[in-house]
Amino acid sequence: MRPALLRQVVLFLAVAVVFQLLAVAGGQVFLLTQLTMSLYYTLVVLGLSLLMGYAGQISLGQAGFFAVGGYTAAALCTWDLAARRSSEWVAAAERTGLLTARTDAFGALVLTVHPWPSLALAVLLSMALAVVVGIPVLKLKGNYLAMATLGVGTIVYSIPLGTARLGAADGISGVPPFPLLPGISVDGSPRSRIANYYVACVVLAVAMLLLLNLVHSRVGRALRAIHGAEDAATAMGIDTARFKVRTFVLGAALAALAGVLLTHFNGAIGPSEASVMKSVKYVAIVAVGGMGSLWGTLAASLVLNFLSLRGYFGTLDDAVFGAILIAVMLFAPEGILRIDLRRTLGLAARGPRAPAEPR
Amino acid sequence: MPLLRVSSLSKSFGGVHAVRGVSFDVEKGMIKALIGPNGAGKTTLFNLVSGFVLPDAGEVRFDGRPIRGVPPHQVADLGLSRTFQNIKLFAGMTALENVMVGRHVRSRSGFLASMLHLPSTWREEAEVRERSVELMDFLGIAALADSEATSLAYGQQRAVELARALASEPRMVLLDEPAAGLNMRETAELARLIGRIRDRGVTVLLVEHDMSLVMDISDEVVVLSYGEKIAEADPGTVQKDPQVIRIYLGEEEC
Amino acid sequence: MNLAFFIQYLVAGITYGTIYAVVGMGFNIIYNTTGIINFAQGEFVMLGGMVAVSLHHHLPLPAAIAGAVLVTMAVGALIELIFIHWLSRPTVLRMIIVTIGISILIREAALLTWGHDVRVLPYFTGNEISAISLGGARISPQAIWAVAVCAAMVLLTTAFFQWTMLGRQMRACASNRVGAAVCGLPIRNLVTLSFALSAGMGALAGCVVCPITYTQYGMGTGLAIKGFTVAILGGLGNSLGAVAAGLVLGVVESFSVSALPAAYKDTVSIAILLGILFVRPSGLFGGRAATRV
Repeated sequence: MRPALLRQVVLFLAVAVVFQLLAVAGGQVFLLTQLTMSLYYTLVVLGLSLLMGYAGQISLGQAGFFAVGGYTAAALCTWDLAARRSSEWVAAAERTGLLTARTDAFGALVLTVHPWPSLALAVLLSMALAVVVGIPVLKLKGNYLAMATLGVGTIVYSIPLGTARLGAADGISGVPPFPLLPGISVDGSPRSRIANYYVACVVLAVAMLLLLNLVHSRVGRALRAIHGAEDAATAMGIDTARFKVRTFVLGAALAALAGVLLTHFNGAIGPSEASVMKSVKYVAIVAVGGMGSLWGTLAASLVLNFLSLRGYFGTLDDAVFGAILIAVMLFAPEGILRIDLRRTLGLAARGPRAPAEPR
Repeated sequence: MPLLRVSSLSKSFGGVHAVRGVSFDVEKGMIKALIGPNGAGKTTLFNLVSGFVLPDAGEVRFDGRPIRGVPPHQVADLGLSRTFQNIKLFAGMTALENVMVGRHVRSRSGFLASMLHLPSTWREEAEVRERSVELMDFLGIAALADSEATSLAYGQQRAVELARALASEPRMVLLDEPAAGLNMRETAELARLIGRIRDRGVTVLLVEHDMSLVMDISDEVVVLSYGEKIAEADPGTVQKDPQVIRIYLGEEEC
Repeated sequence: MNLAFFIQYLVAGITYGTIYAVVGMGFNIIYNTTGIINFAQGEFVMLGGMVAVSLHHHLPLPAAIAGAVLVTMAVGALIELIFIHWLSRPTVLRMIIVTIGISILIREAALLTWGHDVRVLPYFTGNEISAISLGGARISPQAIWAVAVCAAMVLLTTAFFQWTMLGRQMRACASNRVGAAVCGLPIRNLVTLSFALSAGMGALAGCVVCPITYTQYGMGTGLAIKGFTVAILGGLGNSLGAVAAGLVLGVVESFSVSALPAAYKDTVSIAILLGILFVRPSGLFGGRAATRV
């Protein structure tokens, strides 16, 4: 592990601990709930940051991957197969632990898919979608890429909306807790609030570490090269199509993971998670945080998501993000937080900064 | 067997014959130059050879292996590297990082290995960095390592681009107007560098307008005009070729 | 499917198709003068309908519509002056993001002003049940209004670009900005004009189709996607292509309702968009390579 990067992540965790202690001390433990949600949303944003800030490709469909992850988990974990026990498949699945018998919110005995295989399937499905969509879509540039990703995102949005099985406009609720470790499960109950906060922190910290490593590596350089001068990158032997798709898939995986965990945390998911507006918000946050600065994006994401979830923006929530987008693009296209954060923290490994915008 | 063999290569863009039935060889260890007036098709030829443009007809063989239709990143992998006429350095990256990208084909760490920062990655990173520094040293630009690449002076950027093209240890390098924008002193320095590159075992094919450079360092010269090869010989002979003189000086009767 | 249904679907398709064509043309006009894809294009249609409904409370219908068009043109011009103009180095990414932001702001402003309510203008002639019979099908006169007005717009705009000095100047601006500037053309004003013109066209289309489709604060996004699809399908920058493409899209979409659940109607246009982008980004009639950024 690179010491400088590890230090950064440890510092992040330390700050997280401080926050938690302050919240408890100040009697504002409930803040941790929104913070936990913000932490998960940040996973989504980081994946997008890699794609936009480093590889220089825009995606207006990131929310779609979050939704694929979340809906898959929700659907599988609430799909009662108890009546089908007589089928061989179901019986075998139950024996091998793929299915779990539990009581649902109403006290009935149900047989549903165990959260762990459901998580695996959700993430894999999201990644598969990213491959299928990414290969043709990422051959496009600029406006075309934006519109294509917008289009895909809209299709993904319309699927749960138009499907009764997936809850249509009401979404899916009654999603059971996720048994992460003995004694720790991801759910929204007040007593596991603090534990869940730390679960989110650790998941995010691990993701940050992996992404920081990636960005400081040969792959990170290749992505920045693609962003900086795509033709030259190709001439240097970089298979740009493959790198773009892989980055897209990685982003989809992170978004799906966030989708699964957040759905278990909230106990529910609705079609709005796949909406275009959500995707746009993610783009806005990446723009604020500085395209190409992972820590900047993380900070921007935590702050903006938290404020939004706490309702600070009220009914003007969408308008605020729209205004942010415009303001950042007009006045600070390199991102507001980018420079400040590094200098203030003073321990930025003398590291890569992606170029601000594609040519 | 020549390292590069171009046979009857042709390409038209919407009715304009950019390259028309051009054939020539480049032997290993040679420095060969492509010259000709503007619009003669030199850069198109480079793009055809390096895989950026698909030929309409003809063949390209690199070390005996046909590379027509092979995408540029694979061409690089085969050992053929290039620079660009309008210096395409990677913005937002330091000179050293630019050169390190050049070594992409000689390294292998993928997404997973990089994310997990496996020991194989450490070693590879160290090697890539070391080689890149060494290369910049060889070209005399080691001091520029940590400067942002696009903020450097023009001549320095050219040197960085050169280093980047060499970082993959190519067998052959295509230099697209390496002397453009350089003053006399810098051009002389460039000539020296190209010689040293050849001494390191890299074959060079360059497109150039600067005649003194071309005549100075090339072993052989190919002259193009309106997409066709007019002459191919050593510099001395080419200089005296009446056809060549005519295309450069025009057809006016005195 | 009998003849009556067929004609019904066809007319519906043509009606919607002309709207899409107008939005597509709006995209083209702005794209031609600035190279920008204006994601907020759909909002102009929405504004046209909304403002007209509000004005209609105080003014007779024709005046309300005229007012709505003028207001929307002003909005279009303002957008250009305030936001687009400020971009000193307009890269593609920044432009996309800015226009997305603008479309959100317009939508939210509409929400704030008019709420979630669906609004409707009265039929220009007749009412919801009046119909003209054609081959067994019952066609609303409003549909004919829509097609006629949009067709007139298309013809007028084409004539404008072809034969007026101003139109030619805008075309010059489109094909060679630097050259146009060198010739002393007032680029800034032409750009503003292109925004105003696109906005006005969209608004008028919005008014004329409002009685049939109603208007709501959120209708802009879907229209923008469809308008973009049309613009691409017809070849970006090719206005007549956009007209043909609009009709094609409208008709295909309309007939798809007979085969697919209605909820997926919008998906059809997106599928077409993706199909075109993947297979032939230069569109059915376009010539230029569409990795052009």
